[in-house]
Amino acid sequence: MTATVAPAGYRRPRPPSRSRVLVVARTDLRQLYQSPDFWVPMMVLAGFFFVVAPAGLLFAVTHISRSDLVQKVGATLSVLPGSARAAINQRAPHASAAVKASYALAVYLFAPLAVIVPMTISTAVGANCLVGERERGTGEFLAHAPVTERELYLGKLIASLVPGYLTTLVGFGIYSLVVNLIVGPHVGGWFFPTGQWWLLMLWVVPPFLALTLSVVLRLSARVKSAAASQQASGLVTLPAIIVAYAQSSGALFTHGIGNLWVGCVAWVLALVGLRRGARAVTRARLLGVDGDLG
Amino acid sequence: MAETPVVELCAVRRAFGSHLALDGLSFAAAPGTVTVLLGPNGAGKTTAVRMITGALRTDDGSVRTFGLDPAVHGADVRRRCGVVSAKPALYDRLSGWDNLVYAAELYGLGPAAPIEESAARFGIEDALGLRVGGYSTGMKTRLALARAVLHNPDLLLLDEPTSGLDPESSRAVLHLIDDLAAQGRTVIMCTHLLLEAEGLADQVVMLDQGRALVAGPPDELVRQVWPRPWLVIDAEDRRTLHRVRAVPGVVSVDAPEDGPWRVELDDLARVPDLVTELAFHGLRLTRVAPHEPTLEELYFALRGGPAASPALGEPVMPRVRVG
Repeated sequence: MTATVAPAGYRRPRPPSRSRVLVVARTDLRQLYQSPDFWVPMMVLAGFFFVVAPAGLLFAVTHISRSDLVQKVGATLSVLPGSARAAINQRAPHASAAVKASYALAVYLFAPLAVIVPMTISTAVGANCLVGERERGTGEFLAHAPVTERELYLGKLIASLVPGYLTTLVGFGIYSLVVNLIVGPHVGGWFFPTGQWWLLMLWVVPPFLALTLSVVLRLSARVKSAAASQQASGLVTLPAIIVAYAQSSGALFTHGIGNLWVGCVAWVLALVGLRRGARAVTRARLLGVDGDLG
Repeated sequence: MAETPVVELCAVRRAFGSHLALDGLSFAAAPGTVTVLLGPNGAGKTTAVRMITGALRTDDGSVRTFGLDPAVHGADVRRRCGVVSAKPALYDRLSGWDNLVYAAELYGLGPAAPIEESAARFGIEDALGLRVGGYSTGMKTRLALARAVLHNPDLLLLDEPTSGLDPESSRAVLHLIDDLAAQGRTVIMCTHLLLEAEGLADQVVMLDQGRALVAGPPDELVRQVWPRPWLVIDAEDRRTLHRVRAVPGVVSVDAPEDGPWRVELDDLARVPDLVTELAFHGLRLTRVAPHEPTLEELYFALRGGPAASPALGEPVMPRVRVG
């Protein structure tokens, strides 16, 4: 048996210090909290998608007795997969077309919002987090501090992930309340969230978010300015949002193990993406002197 | 046996694209000394500081900080360094307190971190609750200094610490640096302000285009460049000063049209004889004073420039010392 000998000068990297990762994340979140100019628009966005738009539409469908509107909305039922239509009929077999339509809207058609909101918020935070250090000159402080590149990356990842996912969870709670209050009385009581929604929120959304952030953070580490990072992140994450939109919708329309598989694949891709993304953070890039900066 | 240098750079090269930032830079800083890296913008001072903490790697040559290679043992090196960069590198949206807490946590100081003491040391304790975005430039520099010494570092690296400060604040900051050095810390300071280096430096490293032109204690460097003493003399009638050329011991004379003359002597002990001789010939001297060449004169003598010294004759180029 031969022993592996490390080359001269080589030193095995230390595992990231959890406390330093959390310190970086906490400080970034504190700065975000101190910037209402950033988070107020994000709250407005979340409020619109999770509360205003669903509440307005569901209220209109269930309380305004305009036959043309009900017919138009009721037509949405025909585009749903058979499994979804069966679920609706099982839940409210004798309900009117308007009620069935509102149930379909609440359970199936607003699902992608749960993906779009966190991705939009987290992309906005993540796009700025590394290039922002460089632009403000604070990258110099971090480059000279005893924090490893990986600790920094993980801290920034958490700081980008938390605002988007937290907003989504809170929005999801409020959304549940809204749809139960508006549609619930017509379908025999509180019905939301369904099992598929729990799966979506806890198993499918997080890896899609992490995968998107792995790309965004890599961009943020490499580009020259925050504006360029925002633009590039927007372009790069658009396909990711579309895929996530389609997958999350599909996850709600299917049953059983299929939804778990979507999450599993997303998790694997996210972990690979994060591992590769961590390499993009270097001290030279924090200092803005890396030759690769584009 | 000589003490191991805290910092030792040996033939370090580093390029950014086609630009060569460091071109074989060598110098060493002994423990408890103040080393001033002196040079114009773009001379390589900041890059040298970044190499010392391992924030940047060398293309060639070697760097040792506390005897370690910072490219390999970066975390160990950085834990013992305090850095004040040219821009204060503070988080404007956070308070002064939060900025110091962040540093304390990254350096693993825990709840017992001397945040208030550190701030008080630089007279910034009353502003700790305010957002740094509202600080003046002087306050930011003081906070950056407080942050740099928070973890009681063995080596302080100060990159243009008085940049953008008014003269009063600059002086206060230089006093603080002097105090830190007096406490036994090794200080490496970058500046392009020659007056800052004067009186503060135990060692000056003059950089130009990524190379050390000279390195050594300021008075020693001056002696190496101008080994003989200089005298400034003036008379009521400057036209009579030409007689000085004939006085024994005078090696050379610099005679500007619009100012006092400077005279190079073979020995300062010649001054009484020189004065007596000139007085004997009827010269009414109004000024006789030894001339101590400044770092500024040395700098321009070595680099060439507006104050390059025809006034002080041709410089003798000294060697760069390492160690």
